[in-house]
Amino acid sequence: MASDAIKRLLALLPPGRVLAGAAHMAAYESDGLTAFRAAPLAVVVPETQDEVIAAVRFCHAEKLPFVARGSGTSLSGGSLPVTNGIVITLNRLNRVVRLDPIERVAVVESGMVNTHVTLAAQPYGLHFAPDPSSQSICTIGGNVAFNSGGAHCLKYGMTSNHVLGLKAVLATGEVVTFGGSSREQVGPDWTGLFCGNEGLFGIALEVTLQLLPRAEMFHTVLAGYATLEAAGEAVSAVIASGLLPGAIEIMDALALEAAVAAVHADYPPNSAAVLIVELEGPREVVAADRVRLEKILAGSGAMEVRVAKDAAERLAIWKGRKSAFSAVGRLSPDFIVQDGVVPRRKLGEALKHIGEYAAEARLRVANVFHAGDGNLHPLIMYNGREPDGLARAEALAGKILRMCIAMGGSITGEHGVGVEKRDYMPEMFTVDELDCMKRVRAAFDPETIANPGKMFPAAEAPVLAQHGLHPLEKAGVISRE
Amino acid sequence: MSATIHQPTTPLELADAIRAAPRAIIVGAGTKPRLSRVSEDFARIATTKLRGIVEYEPSEFTFTALAGTPLREISAALAKCGQYLPFDPLFAEAGATIGGTVAAGVSGPGRFRFGGLRDFILGVRFVDGDGRLMRMGGKVVKNAAGFDLPKFFVGSLGRFGALAEVTFKVFPRAQATRTLRLLARDATALTKILTDAANTRWELDALDATPGEGFVYARLAGPEEALEVLAREIFARWPGATLTAEAARQLWREAGECAWAHAGGTLVKLAITPSAVPAVVEAVSGLPEARSWISAGGNVAWVSLPPGKSRATPWNWPAVTMRGAGPLWPGSPVNYNVFRAMKTALDPQGRYPALDS
Repeated sequence: MASDAIKRLLALLPPGRVLAGAAHMAAYESDGLTAFRAAPLAVVVPETQDEVIAAVRFCHAEKLPFVARGSGTSLSGGSLPVTNGIVITLNRLNRVVRLDPIERVAVVESGMVNTHVTLAAQPYGLHFAPDPSSQSICTIGGNVAFNSGGAHCLKYGMTSNHVLGLKAVLATGEVVTFGGSSREQVGPDWTGLFCGNEGLFGIALEVTLQLLPRAEMFHTVLAGYATLEAAGEAVSAVIASGLLPGAIEIMDALALEAAVAAVHADYPPNSAAVLIVELEGPREVVAADRVRLEKILAGSGAMEVRVAKDAAERLAIWKGRKSAFSAVGRLSPDFIVQDGVVPRRKLGEALKHIGEYAAEARLRVANVFHAGDGNLHPLIMYNGREPDGLARAEALAGKILRMCIAMGGSITGEHGVGVEKRDYMPEMFTVDELDCMKRVRAAFDPETIANPGKMFPAAEAPVLAQHGLHPLEKAGVISRE
Repeated sequence: MSATIHQPTTPLELADAIRAAPRAIIVGAGTKPRLSRVSEDFARIATTKLRGIVEYEPSEFTFTALAGTPLREISAALAKCGQYLPFDPLFAEAGATIGGTVAAGVSGPGRFRFGGLRDFILGVRFVDGDGRLMRMGGKVVKNAAGFDLPKFFVGSLGRFGALAEVTFKVFPRAQATRTLRLLARDATALTKILTDAANTRWELDALDATPGEGFVYARLAGPEEALEVLAREIFARWPGATLTAEAARQLWREAGECAWAHAGGTLVKLAITPSAVPAVVEAVSGLPEARSWISAGGNVAWVSLPPGKSRATPWNWPAVTMRGAGPLWPGSPVNYNVFRAMKTALDPQGRYPALDS
């Protein structure tokens, strides 16, 4: 029966669009969450929007599950295939449909790589704000599906805050256009609802993005602290001052050690934590704001404060920050990364608990986090060759997620629920709330064929494999936020 | 209109009132009355007594308030800590509530810089058509767990559920502002100023225009010492003048309350793009006594018609009528199967009015 479906699919699409067979499937059986694997029945590689629509309508008619995939960088297992389902990969759908520098809007196909949008906008002094760490490879379609974040969310928001409209094929085969080129809309915000659907509604074909003028000036400061608490207090002082920095990040000692080893990053010696604050805007505004920031940092007990003198030094600071997690991978054969959120004022308490939990579990945890918005990124290191290594790491990860919920935060700030955190949804939402979300899903996908097994606790259990670096991380192409 | 008006005081009472009403429409302060003008079959449930700030943590940049809380109460609490809702919510002085503002999906001039209401809403508690009180979204500034129903409720006009409580992100207010009035000789010149001014290093805080007068209003916000230099640079490009603090306050009040519109007339919001501004201005000039106000750098047009009048032909842009006579959706609204399916998902028995009624 399965091979009959493949035959019908082959007949439906032009030659070369359908890949099947074990060798082809191996390349698609996992994503950025390397712990999970599942072998699809076939992979469809459409070259046009019409081919995507045809493939989805085929799946709907045949009641075949399908999973949309961009570059496969999801850290929550969002693009993990469904066993014996179809993977629809969108990398060839990567055209700029329209770029209007006057209205500051780009309409791009969903397989376009995040940074390519900014590259297309750069000649006009514009950029696309969302900057997940995998931005040099991850696609806009994936950013939309998981409402990806990045280092600049406090001021600029997530992906959905930059999506003005989109065209999508829903799991029913219906093709819809939500929103448009205006920054405002009337009626319910269908575009906003679609963002973050985790592939459960259908597949975005083209996305209308708002572009922003690139800030005239950046002022990037790196401060070293003797304790993590001192760095945390400095963040509170910056927030209380009324400044609105573009980014506020903290790295702890273990993360610093890793960044030094990996990209030879240079940090104030003996720092237990490093704080990165970035101001941006018109030069006159930055000049005034930096005076305020300098006063705050001078009174914050920093051991050393360094200011990036030019673009190269700024990039070096960000390179160390953005490489931190894949760098930590060098310190340990295996690791899990999470992205729970706690209220910012509880960051210190959360980090203290994480340290205690780690000690109890006899595991090392490095912390890199978006301090401005309370988004933690604990990286749990373990050795998968130890018989209980993975189990201990997962138990520790679960404890951290429960702590985030108990503190009034969230199990995910920007990676999405996916497969990884679906079992924690009932701890964050009531039975009624989950039921409501399932009804919403059924409105878009009554047959439950679009990315089944994600977001909601489900019966299907993908095969657990070893944790470890994504092949592209090993090659240094991508890094984790 | 039904004579009975229910006034629940807590989210649970709201859910009870809704369960007791086979058909219900939720109303706030009534500042946008066209949105709740539905058949008399619908019991009117007012959020007037469902008010108060539940939580406000200045260090988190977040607050949570009951749906019927007046905007001015929220703004006053935020102002004490130097914070504000950056999208300048509309009709605050008229008494508009935060819940009604979400349901109407309207933002003021400040939406130009950091985004609109949709970009600041974080979470909701709402009652679905089955009478279940539920929470969606979160109370922290960053959250990607579950579907983003809080955004869906923006502009949903109470047709899918009743808001009980909302959580918002807020920002620190800039130290100083300065409003510049720039002169435009016609709609084309006015549009050019809007698009050019938006594509500069200045990072304007608001950018509105009044085509009837031929003015563009640009607001700068930031440290006082920076604003003088930026203002000089803007005047080197276009002629104009800086408004006095009092004139600026009056101008933004006029924008924020739509005080420029005909009293008792029709008020329509159009979602446009900057290049459509000349066409909107032309369409408005063809209607007797019609007035317009362009906001958000040319992404929104507000149109006012005298009492009793509405436009005979549909607008060419997505549109919704907030006040006065005329169809609720005077544009050419699209309709997909999924719209009906979503209505069934959240309101299976049709307790709330249909989106197109």
